[in-house]
Amino acid sequence: MSRYELRFSGAGGQGLITAGIIMAKAASIYEGKQAVQSQSYGPEARGGASKSEVIISDGPIDYPKVTQCDALLAMTQEAANKYSHDLKEGGVLLIDSDLVTNIPAGNFKTVAFPIINTAKNDVGREIVANIVALGAMVALTGQVSRENAEKAVLSSVPEAFIELNKTAFSMGFEKALAASA
Amino acid sequence: MAKKVAFMQGNEAAAHGALYAGCNFFGGYPITPSTEVSEVLSIELPKVGGKFIQMEDEIGAMAACLGASLTGAKALTSTSGPGLSLKQELIGYGCIAEIPCVVFNVMRGGPSTGMPTGPSQSDVMCAKWGTHGDHATIALMPASVQECYDMVAEAFSLAEKYRMPVHVLPDEIIAHMRERIEFREPGEIEITPRKAPTVPPEQYKPYDTSFGDVPPLANFGSGYRYHVTGLNKMQDGFPTTKAEIVQAEEERQVRKVDACIDDIVTFEEYMLDDAEVVVVAYGSTSRSARYAVNAAREQGINAGMFRIKTFWPFPDKQIKALAAKVKGFIIPEMNLGMCSIELERCAQGKIPVLGIFRVDGEPINPEQIVEKIKEVK
Repeated sequence: MSRYELRFSGAGGQGLITAGIIMAKAASIYEGKQAVQSQSYGPEARGGASKSEVIISDGPIDYPKVTQCDALLAMTQEAANKYSHDLKEGGVLLIDSDLVTNIPAGNFKTVAFPIINTAKNDVGREIVANIVALGAMVALTGQVSRENAEKAVLSSVPEAFIELNKTAFSMGFEKALAASA
Repeated sequence: MAKKVAFMQGNEAAAHGALYAGCNFFGGYPITPSTEVSEVLSIELPKVGGKFIQMEDEIGAMAACLGASLTGAKALTSTSGPGLSLKQELIGYGCIAEIPCVVFNVMRGGPSTGMPTGPSQSDVMCAKWGTHGDHATIALMPASVQECYDMVAEAFSLAEKYRMPVHVLPDEIIAHMRERIEFREPGEIEITPRKAPTVPPEQYKPYDTSFGDVPPLANFGSGYRYHVTGLNKMQDGFPTTKAEIVQAEEERQVRKVDACIDDIVTFEEYMLDDAEVVVVAYGSTSRSARYAVNAAREQGINAGMFRIKTFWPFPDKQIKALAAKVKGFIIPEMNLGMCSIELERCAQGKIPVLGIFRVDGEPINPEQIVEKIKEVK
Protein backbone atom coordinates (compact mmCIF):
# COMPACT_ATOMS: atom_id res chain seq x y z
CA MET A 1 0.00 0.00 0.00
CA SER A 2 1.21 3.49 -0.80
CA ARG A 3 2.20 5.18 2.41
CA TYR A 4 3.73 8.62 1.98
CA GLU A 5 5.25 10.40 4.96
CA LEU A 6 5.85 14.13 5.31
CA ARG A 7 7.38 16.11 8.13
CA PHE A 8 7.14 19.88 8.55
CA SER A 9 9.78 20.95 11.06
CA GLY A 10 11.16 24.16 12.45
CA ALA A 11 10.43 26.50 15.34
CA GLY A 12 7.21 27.13 17.24
CA GLY A 13 5.36 30.11 15.77
CA GLN A 14 6.39 29.44 12.15
CA GLY A 15 2.97 28.01 11.34
CA LEU A 16 4.23 24.53 10.52
CA ILE A 17 1.46 22.72 12.34
CA THR A 18 -1.04 24.67 10.25
CA ALA A 19 0.85 23.83 7.06
CA GLY A 20 0.70 20.13 7.95
CA ILE A 21 -3.00 20.32 8.75
CA ILE A 22 -3.77 21.92 5.39
CA MET A 23 -1.70 19.33 3.51
CA ALA A 24 -3.55 16.50 5.26
CA LYS A 25 -6.91 18.17 4.77
CA ALA A 26 -6.17 18.54 1.05
CA ALA A 27 -5.43 14.83 0.83
CA SER A 28 -8.31 13.51 2.94
CA ILE A 29 -11.13 15.92 2.17
CA TYR A 30 -10.38 17.08 -1.38
CA GLU A 31 -8.12 14.44 -2.95
CA GLY A 32 -10.14 11.45 -1.71
CA LYS A 33 -7.15 9.78 -0.06
CA GLN A 34 -6.68 9.05 3.61
CA ALA A 35 -4.50 11.22 5.81
CA VAL A 36 -3.45 11.64 9.41
CA GLN A 37 -1.79 14.71 10.84
CA SER A 38 -0.05 14.74 14.20
CA GLN A 39 2.34 17.04 15.94
CA SER A 40 4.74 17.45 18.76
CA TYR A 41 5.65 20.67 20.40
CA GLY A 42 7.00 22.06 23.63
CA PRO A 43 5.10 24.04 26.25
CA GLU A 44 6.17 27.35 24.66
CA ALA A 45 3.86 29.15 22.22
CA ARG A 46 6.81 30.46 20.23
CA GLY A 47 10.37 29.28 19.83
CA GLY A 48 11.40 25.77 20.76
CA ALA A 49 11.24 22.89 18.34
CA SER A 50 8.00 22.20 16.53
CA LYS A 51 7.07 19.49 14.09
CA SER A 52 3.98 18.43 12.28
CA GLU A 53 3.76 15.05 10.60
CA VAL A 54 1.42 13.98 7.83
CA ILE A 55 0.86 10.46 6.54
CA ILE A 56 -1.00 10.12 3.26
CA SER A 57 -2.21 6.79 1.87
CA ASP A 58 -4.72 5.24 -0.50
CA GLY A 59 -5.90 2.95 2.31
CA PRO A 60 -6.35 2.99 6.08
CA ILE A 61 -3.43 4.42 8.05
CA ASP A 62 -2.31 2.60 11.16
CA TYR A 63 0.80 4.15 12.75
CA PRO A 64 0.17 7.91 12.63
CA LYS A 65 3.80 9.00 12.92
CA VAL A 66 6.72 9.11 10.52
CA THR A 67 8.72 5.88 10.24
CA GLN A 68 10.84 6.76 7.20
CA CYS A 69 10.27 10.22 5.87
CA ASP A 70 9.53 10.76 2.16
CA ALA A 71 9.57 14.54 2.31
CA LEU A 72 10.99 16.85 4.93
CA LEU A 73 10.59 20.58 5.31
CA ALA A 74 13.21 22.13 7.62
CA MET A 75 12.75 25.77 8.54
CA THR A 76 15.63 25.90 11.02
CA GLN A 77 19.18 24.56 11.02
CA GLU A 78 18.34 22.57 14.15
CA ALA A 79 15.42 20.86 12.41
CA ALA A 80 17.53 20.07 9.34
CA ASN A 81 20.25 18.50 11.49
CA LYS A 82 17.82 16.57 13.63
CA TYR A 83 15.47 15.09 11.04
CA SER A 84 17.36 14.72 7.75
CA HIS A 85 18.83 11.40 8.92
CA ASP A 86 15.53 9.56 8.64
CA LEU A 87 14.81 10.79 5.17
CA LYS A 88 14.27 7.93 2.76
CA GLU A 89 16.72 7.28 -0.04
CA GLY A 90 15.35 9.27 -2.96
CA GLY A 91 13.29 11.44 -0.64
CA VAL A 92 13.12 15.20 -0.80
CA LEU A 93 14.39 17.84 1.61
CA LEU A 94 13.10 21.39 1.37
CA ILE A 95 15.00 24.05 3.29
CA ASP A 96 14.90 27.77 3.74
CA SER A 97 18.22 28.72 2.16
CA ASP A 98 18.68 31.72 4.47
CA LEU A 99 18.13 29.76 7.66
CA VAL A 100 19.70 26.41 6.81
CA THR A 101 23.22 27.17 5.64
CA ASN A 102 24.88 23.95 6.67
CA ILE A 103 23.09 21.70 4.18
CA PRO A 104 22.74 18.08 5.31
CA ALA A 105 24.14 15.51 2.91
CA GLY A 106 22.48 12.22 1.99
CA ASN A 107 20.86 10.14 -0.72
CA PHE A 108 17.99 12.52 -1.10
CA LYS A 109 17.19 15.52 -3.21
CA THR A 110 17.63 18.91 -1.57
CA VAL A 111 15.62 21.89 -2.73
CA ALA A 112 16.47 25.30 -1.31
CA PHE A 113 15.06 28.76 -1.66
CA PRO A 114 14.55 31.67 0.74
CA ILE A 115 11.08 30.74 2.02
CA ILE A 116 10.65 33.39 4.70
CA ASN A 117 12.11 36.10 2.47
CA THR A 118 9.77 35.12 -0.34
CA ALA A 119 6.85 35.66 2.01
CA LYS A 120 8.26 38.92 3.32
CA ASN A 121 9.43 40.52 0.08
CA ASP A 122 7.55 38.87 -2.79
CA VAL A 123 4.19 38.21 -1.14
CA GLY A 124 4.47 41.11 1.26
CA ARG A 125 3.79 39.46 4.62
CA GLU A 126 6.22 37.26 6.54
CA ILE A 127 3.30 35.60 8.34
CA VAL A 128 2.39 33.56 5.23
CA ALA A 129 5.82 31.88 5.06
CA ASN A 130 4.15 28.63 6.10
CA ILE A 131 1.82 28.79 3.09
CA VAL A 132 4.77 29.52 0.79
CA ALA A 133 6.40 26.42 2.27
CA LEU A 134 3.19 24.44 1.84
CA GLY A 135 2.93 25.43 -1.84
CA ALA A 136 6.48 24.25 -2.29
CA MET A 137 5.84 20.94 -0.53
CA VAL A 138 2.75 20.32 -2.68
CA ALA A 139 4.83 20.92 -5.82
CA LEU A 140 7.69 18.70 -4.67
CA THR A 141 5.70 15.75 -3.34
CA GLY A 142 2.90 15.41 -5.90
CA GLN A 143 0.64 13.78 -3.30
CA VAL A 144 -2.23 16.17 -3.89
CA SER A 145 -3.10 18.22 -6.93
CA ARG A 146 -2.36 21.93 -6.99
CA GLU A 147 -6.10 22.65 -7.24
CA ASN A 148 -7.07 20.50 -4.27
CA ALA A 149 -4.30 21.92 -2.16
CA GLU A 150 -5.39 25.42 -3.00
CA LYS A 151 -8.97 24.56 -2.04
CA ALA A 152 -7.71 23.30 1.32
CA VAL A 153 -5.72 26.51 1.85
CA LEU A 154 -8.66 28.72 1.03
CA SER A 155 -11.04 26.81 3.28
CA SER A 156 -8.59 27.14 6.18
CA VAL A 157 -7.83 30.86 6.25
CA PRO A 158 -9.96 33.90 7.17
CA GLU A 159 -11.81 35.44 4.25
CA ALA A 160 -9.94 38.72 4.43
CA PHE A 161 -6.66 36.90 3.78
CA ILE A 162 -7.68 34.69 0.89
CA GLU A 163 -5.80 36.62 -1.80
CA LEU A 164 -2.71 36.91 0.34
CA ASN A 165 -2.65 33.15 0.96
CA LYS A 166 -3.44 32.35 -2.65
CA THR A 167 -0.44 34.40 -3.74
CA ALA A 168 1.76 32.83 -1.07
CA PHE A 169 0.73 29.33 -2.13
CA SER A 170 1.36 29.98 -5.84
CA MET A 171 4.67 31.66 -5.15
CA GLY A 172 5.87 28.70 -3.10
CA PHE A 173 4.65 26.23 -5.71
CA GLU A 174 6.41 28.02 -8.59
CA LYS A 175 9.62 28.73 -6.72
CA ALA A 176 9.97 25.12 -5.65
CA LEU A 177 9.52 23.92 -9.23
CA ALA A 178 12.12 26.42 -10.43
CA ALA A 179 14.53 25.52 -7.62
CA SER A 180 14.23 21.78 -8.22
CA ALA A 181 14.56 21.96 -12.01
CA MET B 1 -27.50 12.95 1.02
CA ALA B 2 -23.77 12.85 1.52
CA LYS B 3 -22.65 12.70 5.12
CA LYS B 4 -21.12 15.74 6.72
CA VAL B 5 -17.38 15.19 6.95
CA ALA B 6 -14.63 17.20 8.56
CA PHE B 7 -10.92 17.05 9.18
CA MET B 8 -10.40 17.56 12.87
CA GLN B 9 -8.66 16.63 16.12
CA GLY B 10 -9.74 13.86 18.47
CA ASN B 11 -10.63 16.45 21.09
CA GLU B 12 -12.81 18.38 18.66
CA ALA B 13 -14.48 15.16 17.50
CA ALA B 14 -15.18 14.25 21.13
CA ALA B 15 -17.03 17.54 21.58
CA HIS B 16 -19.13 16.83 18.49
CA GLY B 17 -19.80 13.27 19.65
CA ALA B 18 -21.10 14.70 22.90
CA LEU B 19 -23.41 17.06 21.03
CA TYR B 20 -24.66 14.13 18.94
CA ALA B 21 -25.59 12.31 22.15
CA GLY B 22 -27.53 15.32 23.38
CA CYS B 23 -24.94 16.68 25.80
CA ASN B 24 -26.31 19.96 27.11
CA PHE B 25 -23.97 20.68 29.99
CA PHE B 26 -20.22 21.03 30.21
CA GLY B 27 -18.49 21.81 33.48
CA GLY B 28 -14.76 21.96 33.12
CA TYR B 29 -11.45 23.51 33.86
CA PRO B 30 -9.08 23.77 30.90
CA ILE B 31 -5.93 21.67 30.90
CA THR B 32 -3.49 20.59 28.21
CA PRO B 33 -3.92 18.31 26.28
CA SER B 34 -7.72 18.32 26.56
CA THR B 35 -8.52 22.03 26.20
CA GLU B 36 -9.94 21.82 22.68
CA VAL B 37 -12.96 19.92 24.02
CA SER B 38 -13.90 22.94 26.12
CA GLU B 39 -13.05 25.35 23.30
CA VAL B 40 -15.50 23.69 20.92
CA LEU B 41 -18.26 23.26 23.49
CA SER B 42 -17.95 26.85 24.73
CA ILE B 43 -18.95 27.87 21.21
CA GLU B 44 -21.39 25.09 20.33
CA LEU B 45 -23.34 24.46 23.55
CA PRO B 46 -24.97 27.92 23.74
CA LYS B 47 -26.18 27.43 20.15
CA VAL B 48 -28.25 24.40 21.18
CA GLY B 49 -29.50 25.88 24.44
CA GLY B 50 -26.89 24.07 26.51
CA LYS B 51 -24.78 25.44 29.32
CA PHE B 52 -21.00 25.79 29.39
CA ILE B 53 -19.38 26.58 32.71
CA GLN B 54 -15.69 27.00 33.38
CA MET B 55 -15.44 26.34 37.09
CA GLU B 56 -12.83 27.47 39.61
CA ASP B 57 -11.02 24.15 39.43
CA GLU B 58 -11.46 20.51 38.46
CA ILE B 59 -13.18 19.54 41.69
CA GLY B 60 -15.82 22.21 41.14
CA ALA B 61 -16.13 21.15 37.50
CA MET B 62 -16.92 17.57 38.47
CA ALA B 63 -19.37 18.72 41.14
CA ALA B 64 -21.12 20.94 38.59
CA CYS B 65 -21.52 17.96 36.26
CA LEU B 66 -23.10 15.83 38.99
CA GLY B 67 -25.49 18.60 39.96
CA ALA B 68 -26.44 19.29 36.36
CA SER B 69 -27.01 15.59 35.70
CA LEU B 70 -29.39 15.34 38.64
CA THR B 71 -31.58 17.92 36.93
CA GLY B 72 -31.67 15.72 33.82
CA ALA B 73 -28.83 17.29 31.88
CA LYS B 74 -26.39 15.17 29.92
CA ALA B 75 -23.18 16.34 31.50
CA LEU B 76 -19.60 16.13 30.29
CA THR B 77 -16.29 17.18 31.73
CA SER B 78 -12.90 16.95 30.08
CA THR B 79 -9.54 16.92 31.75
CA SER B 80 -6.09 15.37 31.93
CA GLY B 81 -4.08 13.52 34.62
CA PRO B 82 -3.70 16.23 37.27
CA GLY B 83 -7.36 17.12 36.80
CA LEU B 84 -8.39 13.48 37.01
CA SER B 85 -6.61 13.26 40.37
CA LEU B 86 -8.59 16.25 41.65
CA LYS B 87 -11.90 14.95 40.34
CA GLN B 88 -11.63 11.64 42.18
CA GLU B 89 -13.54 12.73 45.27
CA LEU B 90 -16.53 13.70 43.16
CA ILE B 91 -16.20 10.72 40.80
CA GLY B 92 -16.61 8.56 43.91
CA TYR B 93 -19.65 10.62 44.85
CA GLY B 94 -21.06 9.99 41.38
CA CYS B 95 -20.44 6.26 41.85
CA ILE B 96 -22.18 5.90 45.21
CA ALA B 97 -25.01 8.36 44.47
CA GLU B 98 -25.31 6.76 41.00
CA ILE B 99 -25.26 9.90 38.88
CA PRO B 100 -24.71 9.54 35.10
CA CYS B 101 -22.03 11.71 33.48
CA VAL B 102 -19.07 11.39 31.13
CA VAL B 103 -15.44 12.11 31.99
CA PHE B 104 -13.24 12.62 28.93
CA ASN B 105 -9.68 12.33 30.21
CA VAL B 106 -6.78 12.85 27.83
CA MET B 107 -3.78 10.94 29.12
CA ARG B 108 -0.49 12.82 29.45
CA GLY B 109 2.62 11.97 31.44
CA GLY B 110 2.55 11.86 35.22
CA PRO B 111 2.42 11.61 38.18
CA SER B 112 1.56 15.19 39.14
CA THR B 113 2.17 17.79 36.45
CA GLY B 114 4.38 15.34 34.56
CA MET B 115 4.81 16.16 30.89
CA PRO B 116 1.82 18.25 29.81
CA THR B 117 2.34 18.01 26.04
CA GLY B 118 3.58 14.42 25.86
CA PRO B 119 1.43 11.33 25.30
CA SER B 120 0.87 8.68 27.92
CA GLN B 121 -1.49 5.85 28.82
CA SER B 122 -0.83 5.96 32.52
CA ASP B 123 -4.32 6.87 33.77
CA VAL B 124 -5.95 3.51 33.06
CA MET B 125 -5.58 2.39 36.68
CA CYS B 126 -6.45 5.84 38.01
CA ALA B 127 -9.75 5.67 36.13
CA LYS B 128 -10.51 2.38 37.86
CA TRP B 129 -8.99 2.79 41.31
CA GLY B 130 -8.44 6.54 41.62
CA THR B 131 -11.43 7.03 43.82
CA HIS B 132 -11.51 4.95 46.99
CA GLY B 133 -13.92 2.20 47.79
CA ASP B 134 -15.48 -0.59 45.76
CA HIS B 135 -17.27 0.60 42.68
CA ALA B 136 -17.93 -0.34 39.09
CA THR B 137 -16.00 1.45 36.34
CA ILE B 138 -16.59 1.76 32.63
CA ALA B 139 -13.71 3.15 30.56
CA LEU B 140 -13.52 3.34 26.77
CA MET B 141 -10.29 3.62 24.75
CA PRO B 142 -10.59 5.42 21.40
CA ALA B 143 -7.88 4.71 18.82
CA SER B 144 -8.94 7.15 16.12
CA VAL B 145 -10.53 10.55 15.75
CA GLN B 146 -13.78 8.89 14.61
CA GLU B 147 -13.75 6.76 17.74
CA CYS B 148 -13.39 9.86 19.92
CA TYR B 149 -16.69 11.01 18.42
CA ASP B 150 -18.38 7.61 18.56
CA MET B 151 -17.18 6.54 21.99
CA VAL B 152 -18.14 9.79 23.68
CA ALA B 153 -21.63 9.38 22.21
CA GLU B 154 -21.72 5.77 23.42
CA ALA B 155 -20.38 6.77 26.84
CA PHE B 156 -23.43 8.97 27.41
CA SER B 157 -25.68 5.98 26.75
CA LEU B 158 -23.66 3.74 29.06
CA ALA B 159 -23.77 6.44 31.76
CA GLU B 160 -27.56 6.56 31.58
CA LYS B 161 -28.02 2.82 31.20
CA TYR B 162 -25.93 1.98 34.26
CA ARG B 163 -26.45 5.27 36.12
CA MET B 164 -22.82 6.09 36.76
CA PRO B 165 -19.87 8.21 35.63
CA VAL B 166 -18.25 6.74 32.50
CA HIS B 167 -14.67 7.43 31.40
CA VAL B 168 -13.37 7.94 27.88
CA LEU B 169 -9.58 7.73 27.91
CA PRO B 170 -7.74 8.80 24.77
CA ASP B 171 -4.00 9.30 24.93
CA GLU B 172 -2.58 12.64 23.82
CA ILE B 173 -1.74 11.29 20.36
CA ILE B 174 -5.35 10.34 19.62
CA ALA B 175 -6.70 13.52 21.21
CA HIS B 176 -4.47 15.85 19.23
CA MET B 177 -4.07 14.12 15.91
CA ARG B 178 -6.30 15.00 13.01
CA GLU B 179 -8.21 12.69 10.69
CA ARG B 180 -11.27 12.85 8.53
CA ILE B 181 -14.43 12.05 10.41
CA GLU B 182 -18.03 11.50 9.49
CA PHE B 183 -20.71 13.12 11.57
CA ARG B 184 -23.21 10.42 12.48
CA GLU B 185 -26.77 10.52 11.27
CA PRO B 186 -29.58 10.37 13.84
CA GLY B 187 -30.12 6.75 14.82
CA GLU B 188 -26.69 5.60 13.70
CA ILE B 189 -25.45 5.41 17.28
CA GLU B 190 -28.01 4.30 19.82
CA ILE B 191 -28.81 6.99 22.35
CA THR B 192 -30.17 5.52 25.57
CA PRO B 193 -32.43 7.89 27.47
CA ARG B 194 -32.55 8.07 31.25
CA LYS B 195 -34.88 5.56 32.85
CA ALA B 196 -37.58 7.78 34.32
CA PRO B 197 -39.70 6.88 37.35
CA THR B 198 -43.05 5.21 36.65
CA VAL B 199 -44.42 5.95 40.11
CA PRO B 200 -45.78 9.27 41.42
CA PRO B 201 -43.44 11.49 43.48
CA GLU B 202 -44.84 10.38 46.85
CA GLN B 203 -43.98 6.73 46.09
CA TYR B 204 -40.60 7.40 44.48
CA LYS B 205 -37.37 6.10 45.97
CA PRO B 206 -34.12 6.92 44.13
CA TYR B 207 -32.57 3.50 44.84
CA ASP B 208 -35.65 1.31 44.59
CA THR B 209 -34.26 -2.08 43.58
CA SER B 210 -37.70 -3.49 42.86
CA PHE B 211 -37.07 -1.90 39.45
CA GLY B 212 -33.80 -3.83 39.02
CA ASP B 213 -30.14 -3.22 39.69
CA VAL B 214 -30.33 0.19 37.98
CA PRO B 215 -33.27 2.02 39.56
CA PRO B 216 -35.04 4.85 37.70
CA LEU B 217 -33.63 8.31 38.29
CA ALA B 218 -35.97 11.27 38.72
CA ASN B 219 -34.79 14.68 37.58
CA PHE B 220 -34.69 17.44 40.14
CA GLY B 221 -37.18 20.10 39.19
CA SER B 222 -39.69 17.61 37.84
CA GLY B 223 -41.68 17.39 41.07
CA TYR B 224 -39.74 14.51 42.59
CA ARG B 225 -37.91 15.24 45.85
CA TYR B 226 -35.32 12.92 47.31
CA HIS B 227 -32.12 12.83 49.30
CA VAL B 228 -28.68 12.53 47.72
CA THR B 229 -25.62 11.74 49.80
CA GLY B 230 -22.13 10.28 49.64
CA LEU B 231 -22.92 8.10 52.63
CA ASN B 232 -24.06 4.54 52.21
CA LYS B 233 -27.76 4.82 51.79
CA MET B 234 -31.11 3.09 51.90
CA GLN B 235 -33.55 2.85 49.00
CA ASP B 236 -35.02 6.25 49.85
CA GLY B 237 -31.60 7.86 49.63
CA PHE B 238 -31.14 8.54 53.34
CA PRO B 239 -27.97 7.35 55.08
CA THR B 240 -27.74 4.05 56.84
CA THR B 241 -25.16 1.96 58.64
CA LYS B 242 -27.31 -1.17 58.70
CA ALA B 243 -24.89 -3.94 57.79
CA GLU B 244 -27.17 -5.97 55.54
CA ILE B 245 -28.31 -2.91 53.57
CA VAL B 246 -24.79 -1.54 53.09
CA GLN B 247 -23.50 -4.96 52.00
CA ALA B 248 -26.35 -5.46 49.53
CA GLU B 249 -26.13 -1.95 48.11
CA GLU B 250 -22.35 -2.10 47.64
CA GLU B 251 -22.67 -5.45 45.89
CA ARG B 252 -25.45 -4.17 43.67
CA GLN B 253 -23.45 -1.17 42.57
CA VAL B 254 -20.64 -3.42 41.35
CA ARG B 255 -22.98 -6.12 40.04
CA LYS B 256 -24.98 -3.75 37.88
CA VAL B 257 -21.96 -3.59 35.54
CA ASP B 258 -20.41 -7.02 36.14
CA ALA B 259 -23.67 -8.82 35.30
CA CYS B 260 -23.85 -7.01 31.95
CA ILE B 261 -20.20 -7.33 31.01
CA ASP B 262 -20.98 -9.06 27.70
CA ASP B 263 -23.19 -6.15 26.68
CA ILE B 264 -20.61 -3.58 27.66
CA VAL B 265 -17.25 -4.96 26.57
CA THR B 266 -16.17 -4.13 23.02
CA PHE B 267 -12.95 -5.14 21.30
CA GLU B 268 -11.43 -5.68 17.89
CA GLU B 269 -9.78 -8.88 16.73
CA TYR B 270 -7.16 -8.47 14.02
CA MET B 271 -5.61 -11.51 12.32
CA LEU B 272 -6.29 -13.72 15.31
CA ASP B 273 -7.53 -16.85 13.51
CA ASP B 274 -4.12 -18.44 13.12
CA ALA B 275 -2.17 -16.14 15.42
CA GLU B 276 0.52 -17.62 17.62
CA VAL B 277 1.69 -14.35 19.11
CA VAL B 278 -0.95 -11.81 20.09
CA VAL B 279 -0.24 -8.15 20.62
CA VAL B 280 -2.78 -6.78 23.07
CA ALA B 281 -3.05 -3.04 22.58
CA TYR B 282 -5.27 -0.05 23.12
CA GLY B 283 -5.43 3.59 22.06
CA SER B 284 -2.73 4.97 19.78
CA THR B 285 -0.47 2.06 20.64
CA SER B 286 -2.86 -0.27 18.82
CA ARG B 287 -2.03 1.60 15.61
CA SER B 288 1.65 0.80 16.09
CA ALA B 289 0.61 -2.76 16.88
CA ARG B 290 -1.40 -3.13 13.67
CA TYR B 291 1.57 -1.89 11.65
CA ALA B 292 3.81 -4.33 13.52
CA VAL B 293 1.47 -7.29 13.03
CA ASN B 294 1.43 -6.61 9.29
CA ALA B 295 5.22 -6.33 9.25
CA ALA B 296 5.61 -9.57 11.22
CA ARG B 297 3.22 -11.38 8.86
CA GLU B 298 5.35 -10.25 5.92
CA GLN B 299 8.27 -11.94 7.66
CA GLY B 300 6.27 -15.15 8.01
CA ILE B 301 5.33 -14.81 11.67
CA ASN B 302 1.74 -15.57 12.63
CA ALA B 303 1.05 -12.50 14.68
CA GLY B 304 -2.30 -10.93 15.51
CA MET B 305 -3.76 -8.16 17.59
CA PHE B 306 -6.45 -8.01 20.22
CA ARG B 307 -7.48 -4.37 20.54
CA ILE B 308 -9.07 -3.37 23.81
CA LYS B 309 -11.86 -0.87 23.18
CA THR B 310 -13.46 -1.25 26.61
CA PHE B 311 -10.67 -1.26 29.19
CA TRP B 312 -13.05 -1.41 32.17
CA PRO B 313 -14.71 -3.74 32.71
CA PHE B 314 -11.65 -5.65 31.52
CA PRO B 315 -12.27 -8.23 28.75
CA ASP B 316 -11.28 -11.15 31.00
CA LYS B 317 -13.24 -13.77 29.09
CA GLN B 318 -11.66 -12.95 25.72
CA ILE B 319 -8.13 -12.63 27.09
CA LYS B 320 -8.42 -15.90 29.01
CA ALA B 321 -9.63 -17.69 25.88
CA LEU B 322 -6.66 -16.34 23.92
CA ALA B 323 -4.23 -17.29 26.68
CA ALA B 324 -5.41 -20.88 26.34
CA LYS B 325 -4.53 -21.06 22.65
CA VAL B 326 -1.62 -18.78 21.75
CA LYS B 327 2.09 -18.85 22.59
CA GLY B 328 2.49 -15.42 24.10
CA PHE B 329 1.13 -11.95 24.65
CA ILE B 330 2.95 -8.75 23.79
CA ILE B 331 1.68 -5.66 25.56
CA PRO B 332 2.98 -2.31 24.32
CA GLU B 333 1.81 0.57 26.49
CA MET B 334 2.82 4.12 27.32
CA ASN B 335 3.14 3.40 31.05
CA LEU B 336 5.27 1.01 33.08
CA GLY B 337 2.99 -2.00 32.75
CA MET B 338 -0.54 -1.26 33.88
CA CYS B 339 -2.47 -3.37 31.39
CA SER B 340 0.27 -5.92 31.74
CA ILE B 341 -0.91 -6.63 35.30
CA GLU B 342 -4.37 -7.45 34.00
CA LEU B 343 -2.97 -9.68 31.26
CA GLU B 344 -0.79 -11.56 33.76
CA ARG B 345 -3.88 -12.07 35.91
CA CYS B 346 -5.85 -13.48 32.97
CA ALA B 347 -2.96 -15.53 31.57
CA GLN B 348 -2.47 -17.20 34.97
CA GLY B 349 1.09 -18.12 34.10
CA LYS B 350 0.04 -20.19 31.09
CA ILE B 351 1.87 -18.05 28.53
CA PRO B 352 4.52 -15.33 28.72
CA VAL B 353 3.39 -11.70 28.83
CA LEU B 354 6.10 -9.50 27.34
CA GLY B 355 5.81 -5.78 27.87
CA ILE B 356 7.11 -2.80 25.95
CA PHE B 357 6.77 0.10 28.32
CA ARG B 358 7.54 3.68 27.38
CA VAL B 359 7.10 6.75 29.54
CA ASP B 360 9.48 9.11 27.74
CA GLY B 361 6.74 11.00 25.90
CA GLU B 362 7.52 9.23 22.63
CA PRO B 363 5.10 6.83 20.93
CA ILE B 364 5.89 3.13 20.83
CA ASN B 365 7.14 2.54 17.32
CA PRO B 366 6.17 -0.51 15.31
CA GLU B 367 9.78 -1.75 15.08
CA GLN B 368 9.93 -2.20 18.86
CA ILE B 369 6.84 -4.39 18.70
CA VAL B 370 8.15 -6.48 15.78
CA GLU B 371 11.35 -7.17 17.72
CA LYS B 372 9.36 -8.27 20.75
CA ILE B 373 7.11 -10.52 18.64
CA LYS B 374 10.27 -12.31 17.47
CA GLU B 375 11.26 -12.99 21.08
CA VAL B 376 8.16 -15.15 21.54
CA LYS B 377 8.75 -16.91 18.25
